[in-house]
Amino acid sequence: MISYLDNVLFAAALILSISLFIYNFKKILSNIRLGRDENRSDNPRLRLNNMLRVAFGQSKMIRRPIAGILHLIVYVGFIIINIELLEIIIDGIFGSHRIFSSFFPKFYNFIIGSFEVLALLVLISVIIFWIRRNILKIKRFFKEEMKGWPKLDADLILYFEIILMTLFLTMNGADYTIQLNYPENDIYVRAGSYPISQFLVPILQELSLAKLILLERFSWWFHILGIFIFLNYLYYSKHLHILLAFPNTYFANLESKGKFKNIDSVTSEIKLMLDDNNNIEGTDVSEVETFGANDVTELTWIQLLNAYSCTECGRCTSNCPANISGKKLSPRKIMMDTRDRLTELSNKIRSNSENFKGDGKKLLGDYISTEEVWACTSCNACVESCPIDIDPLSIIMSMRQYLVLENSAAPSDLNNMMNNIENNGAPWPFNQQDRTNWIN
Amino acid sequence: MKVQIFSDCVKEGKNPEILFWVGCSGSFDERAKKITKAFVKILNDAKIDFAVLGNEESCSGDLAKRSGNEFLFQMQALGNIKVMNSYNIKKIVTACPHCFNTIKNEYPELGGKYEVLHHTEFLKSLIENGKLKIPNGSFKGKRITYHDPCYLGRANNIYEIPREILKKLDAELVEMKSCKSKGLCCGAGGAQMFKEPEKGDVDIKDIRIKQALETKPDIIAAACPFCNTMLSDGLKNKVSENSTSILDISQIIEKAKDL
Ligand code: SF4
Ligand code: SF4
Repeated sequence: MISYLDNVLFAAALILSISLFIYNFKKILSNIRLGRDENRSDNPRLRLNNMLRVAFGQSKMIRRPIAGILHLIVYVGFIIINIELLEIIIDGIFGSHRIFSSFFPKFYNFIIGSFEVLALLVLISVIIFWIRRNILKIKRFFKEEMKGWPKLDADLILYFEIILMTLFLTMNGADYTIQLNYPENDIYVRAGSYPISQFLVPILQELSLAKLILLERFSWWFHILGIFIFLNYLYYSKHLHILLAFPNTYFANLESKGKFKNIDSVTSEIKLMLDDNNNIEGTDVSEVETFGANDVTELTWIQLLNAYSCTECGRCTSNCPANISGKKLSPRKIMMDTRDRLTELSNKIRSNSENFKGDGKKLLGDYISTEEVWACTSCNACVESCPIDIDPLSIIMSMRQYLVLENSAAPSDLNNMMNNIENNGAPWPFNQQDRTNWIN
Repeated sequence: MKVQIFSDCVKEGKNPEILFWVGCSGSFDERAKKITKAFVKILNDAKIDFAVLGNEESCSGDLAKRSGNEFLFQMQALGNIKVMNSYNIKKIVTACPHCFNTIKNEYPELGGKYEVLHHTEFLKSLIENGKLKIPNGSFKGKRITYHDPCYLGRANNIYEIPREILKKLDAELVEMKSCKSKGLCCGAGGAQMFKEPEKGDVDIKDIRIKQALETKPDIIAAACPFCNTMLSDGLKNKVSENSTSILDISQIIEKAKDL
């Protein structure tokens, strides 16, 4: 018999894990709001479409077919197997056992059967993922920025999945063994089909009924507790992308990748300068904000959402010409640094509340070096290759703007080039009057 | 070479249909000037009514913008827009993907709204409406590989148009390992052309030229003056492969038509 203690413990674990998750998720949302405004409310239909295609349909993952298909299996498996979660939660609260089986027995058999097949496929895929990371040592997983926590994080997720799937199949196997061998018991009644875990029956039937029940309960509990832990692990992990990939693709840039945003305040300032009458409509010069970005708070909320969504897959970096040619710049590192700095800064703001006056650190300089910022060719390869429409290039450009407009700190060659443009209208020291010399 | 200047035309009461935006490299760089001239020859051959801004043209501002100097970019843009709007310009064609991208995408919000075409788009339309005929045969059997400029390809999703033009040549079009949306940059963009590269193992252009040469091409086709310069520099470092030449699409047509 399942005592009430179980139900209470279960309800407590459920409430605890969900509240903790909400608490942390709210933190993420408020951290993203530390960024500057950017309007991405246009074109809801197109945005929805983009989200369905890129995040839900994983359209950009197929470009690397092997990783793409394996990821698709894990992703579909994750979504479908989580339907089972509903039953587990109801059973947990009410002390029932496989509550859905009595309502629609036929469909139940089908669905449990497909969960099992998927669980096996997920298990295999995750093991292949582990082999790719730890035995084949695929290059993009071993760049400088992947040392330490990011590497451990990636492996932990795989171990998590392996444990969860194993527990799920063990739970079913034990259940099925009891169903077959102890038909007279009134809890483990005949329900479900077990195309995969049936192969565990020959091993498991050596165990006594008490041990089988213990094994089934153990697996059931650790499976669901594992999921609760996983839910709260997301906050610390690149695995946050399973949630944020959706808003991230919804709010993605839908315009040509070559179009870089114009800074409106610069336009107003120039117009004011050029216009003697100073009668520019709707400009408020009193509100001068920093040009470009020196720290995360000067990035837009889109750029911060990007940082939280990054899966650290390194597709951007492995296509980046600067990185391929051995330079320090890695667009993945740009995203990881942005997230790390945002976490650090927001924690400090929270613990110091109102009187926080900065910690003397900045994203630019303490995390991202100017050497990285100047190595970019603005080729958009990173943006194109990101499976969830992250834009590392825009962060690089915001930092260049800060360096040039606030600090006049461009490399000297570029300063010469810009002086030429200012004086002659061309990047070389040629006279504008000679612009038609080619005709003759 | 017959080239009208917009200000002269206006004085004579003419209003040319198309502005050919030459761009800084098209005006001053030795290699790029050849591209400019080839394109003008094609335009004249097709009897297109066009003019250039001449001394009234100034840098589009792309370089300043990608260097982070938004102020200089907008000064350049607003200056150019003022000139172009004063001539009531409707349609612009340019052989530089950087100018193309900036004028097409970044000028409108600053008050410069025009129909902007890259010269490959314009050439394709000339072929389609019969104004430009490419004789068969002169490139027959030649292996051509096309390098996608970042600011034409990924930045503006133009991948097929240049290839369609090349296919008209009866040549054998071969693709590099990284092409189209996966195309590898030549290393010039983002103002890199004007500075020393950061410390690294190799030059980007050398990786790209290696990819190009792996296709064993007779011709490496480019569609951007900066790519053209970068790849030519890269090719120079490979003395043994000097039978390969790097040509802009307009230069290829110039050769095919023997203009
Ligand atoms: S845009 Fe910059 S960071 Fe992105 S791939 Fe190109 S060079 Fe690398
Ligand atoms: S930015 Fe995109 S491509 Fe790069 S590591 Fe993050 S998720 Fe992967």
